[in-house]
Amino acid sequence: MTKFTYDSLQVEQQLADYTFEPINRTTLALFAGASGDVNPIHIDIDFAHEAGFDDVFAQGMLIMAYLGRALTHWFPQTDIKEFGVRFVAITKLFDEITCKARVTEKFERAGEKCARLELQAITKNHEVKLTGGAIVGLP
Amino acid sequence: MVDISHIGKEWNIPPAPVEAGRIRFFSKAIGETDPVYYDDEAARAAGYRGLLAPPTYAMTLEIDQLDPIQMLSGIDIDISTILHGEQKFKYHLPICAGDVISSVVCVKDVYDKKKGAMTFVEVNTSLYNQDKQLVVEAMRIIIVMNNKVNNQ
Repeated sequence: MTKFTYDSLQVEQQLADYTFEPINRTTLALFAGASGDVNPIHIDIDFAHEAGFDDVFAQGMLIMAYLGRALTHWFPQTDIKEFGVRFVAITKLFDEITCKARVTEKFERAGEKCARLELQAITKNHEVKLTGGAIVGLP
Repeated sequence: MVDISHIGKEWNIPPAPVEAGRIRFFSKAIGETDPVYYDDEAARAAGYRGLLAPPTYAMTLEIDQLDPIQMLSGIDIDISTILHGEQKFKYHLPICAGDVISSVVCVKDVYDKKKGAMTFVEVNTSLYNQDKQLVVEAMRIIIVMNNKVNNQ
């Protein structure tokens, strides 16, 4: 894990992208069991068809969890103070998600040095699936 | 149209243990690799009481204890008509395996958007540990697609 400090991190700095393996049915099945999001729309193709979809699709929280995992790659988890996302578009089977982060602000809050990040989860074709942000404390 | 009289409705989730095996399963499912998510000794060496729960795990703790389908039908929403619009977490303290977490889930606001095509439902959850410390605050926006509701 890279060790960023308040001084070393620059506003407008783009952190190194973090990319996941393409999502497959196993990914969705395991995340359903592990996360408790067992909505059949994500794991049962017959249910998905009946609901009018071509196929199952990813839980939004899987992609948020991926962004969270990228955050813990960039920063120690206990330094993450806030993390939020907007679910923009459905992530489909075989999408390959890349997590991106850009520093938008450095500031002090309650005597602690922090950075605000703008986050995105996008596919190989640059389709934006999630947008979001985080606030991290920095040494 | 979601009834605005549901604003203020609360569910109290009684204490439930945070389980190490489930944290390992969840961590593996999302590609975490750090030993603090898998190995008790590594977690303790890093200063945690037990395995560290990853950043979005608070949602799992909530849905394990409060079935989303039941919760939504308690405010007259059918799960087949909704989208998850937003999700946010504010972190105060780590959640670790061995902790016992209780929560309060509350409907904060209900409002229409796009001339009534959608209804936004804001749900807040406060999670507390065994020492009654506030550990995580979660906020989500559930979007009800009213055309789907009307088509039922």
